[in-house]
Amino acid sequence: MTAEQPLLTVRGLSHYYGNQLGCRDVDFDLYPGEVLAIVGESGSGKTTLLNCLSTQLTPSEGSAVYRFRDGNRKNLFCMSEAEQRTLLRTDWGFVRQNPREGLRMGVSAGANVGERLMAIGNRHYGNIRETAIDWLQRVEISADRIDDTPRTFSGGMQQRLQIARNLVTGPRLVFMDEPTGGLDVSVQARLLDLIRRLVADMGLAIIIVTHDLAVARLLSHRIMVMKDGKVIETGLTDQVLDDPHQAYTQLLVSSILQVGA
Amino acid sequence: MSDRPLLHIAKLGKGFTMHLQGGIRLPVVNNVSFEVYPGECVVLGGPSGAGKSSLLKMVYGNYAADSGSIEVLHRDEAVQMVAADPRLVLTVRQKTIGYVSQFLSVIPRVSAQDLVAEIAREWGADEADAAIAAGDMLARLNIPERLWSLPPATFSGGEQQRVNIARGFMGQHQLLLLDEPTASLDAINRAVVLSMVAEKKTAGVGMLGIFHDPETREAVADRIVDVTLFAAAA
Repeated sequence: MTAEQPLLTVRGLSHYYGNQLGCRDVDFDLYPGEVLAIVGESGSGKTTLLNCLSTQLTPSEGSAVYRFRDGNRKNLFCMSEAEQRTLLRTDWGFVRQNPREGLRMGVSAGANVGERLMAIGNRHYGNIRETAIDWLQRVEISADRIDDTPRTFSGGMQQRLQIARNLVTGPRLVFMDEPTGGLDVSVQARLLDLIRRLVADMGLAIIIVTHDLAVARLLSHRIMVMKDGKVIETGLTDQVLDDPHQAYTQLLVSSILQVGA
Repeated sequence: MSDRPLLHIAKLGKGFTMHLQGGIRLPVVNNVSFEVYPGECVVLGGPSGAGKSSLLKMVYGNYAADSGSIEVLHRDEAVQMVAADPRLVLTVRQKTIGYVSQFLSVIPRVSAQDLVAEIAREWGADEADAAIAAGDMLARLNIPERLWSLPPATFSGGEQQRVNIARGFMGQHQLLLLDEPTASLDAINRAVVLSMVAEKKTAGVGMLGIFHDPETREAVADRIVDVTLFAAAA
């Protein structure tokens, strides 16, 4: 385990929007199978950081070196756009808060899942459909909904479909942006439980951005707290949440509503 | 049996700085030093607020120590837990340190039997053996069989605590941290837990625990470490 190589090595990552600071001087390593939560309020820089890491935004400074399946390492920001796109479609996934941005709403559920398989070279219709059915069931969507479009799905189902679409290619790294935001609490719990199981089964590495500390606690091994574009506290998730040291982290933790329990 | 301690704590100190209360410093413990050896149960003594739970949490890496050292024997090596890398802490928790708290942190939609079987699987049992071992453990702790297939969210406090104990004792950790595992149990189930502690001792497991009930404490403790000796000056 200690001899294991990081999947992603981020050093000195900063991004400015003109004079406005997006995020500053972010350093971390992410290992295979590790779930990292980035938390903070809106404007803290967490989404900027996620967009940089997923190569949707080119940072002003710094590097993020990714280790490919063949062991080669490349700085994400020195790759061509075509290479970046291929990575996003094959080795990576990106689960968005709004399923409308992560799904194609006009095509069937089966096509939404099958599309990523075709992108990596699968051509056999029967196999693709079979894999799509398998994945719909894994995310608890009944196989008889395969020909329906996501428009006819509930919010929770759309989000589960988006997860199936992203995981069908067996990615090694998945970015998630508030994946449970906007869902009812009971729907959230079911989705979190599903993500937990899939992560453990597939050994996925995940970088998840959330403002919800309960989501971070349930899903992540490690947490980074951001404020004003900087990482102000980082460590083992339960330690940072149960024994926060920075004033801002203490404020965040103390602001959680204590429900039931 | 080895002479090396499973847990070696030296000059450990901890306080909380409450930034939201004007930066008040709440000292917890200071200069804590003791060891736990294989096959013994060391019980932390002292009134509530003396820092017993905080000590357990520091050993588990859940609280960060301010100073001093916590060495845990992990895969035959003394591993420093103070300021350890999060990945190391997680590996040590998986392989070496088990923690039984009073409260079950509920994972929704997973049945009691699966919750316990999951631990047996982590320790190498196959699916079928893990289910059997989990059933035996739940039966031993007097959880009625009709509840095994249900998620414990709706169980009584005592039943949830017993599911938690079943999980904690199902593992084969060399060091077990016990935070009031018998707090809401009746006499019969308390006796079951006591016999489970005794079996762990025989197996060479070291335990560090908190037991408020004097009778239980007497029954399990090989040594009592008085935490008030480590009271931190305000």
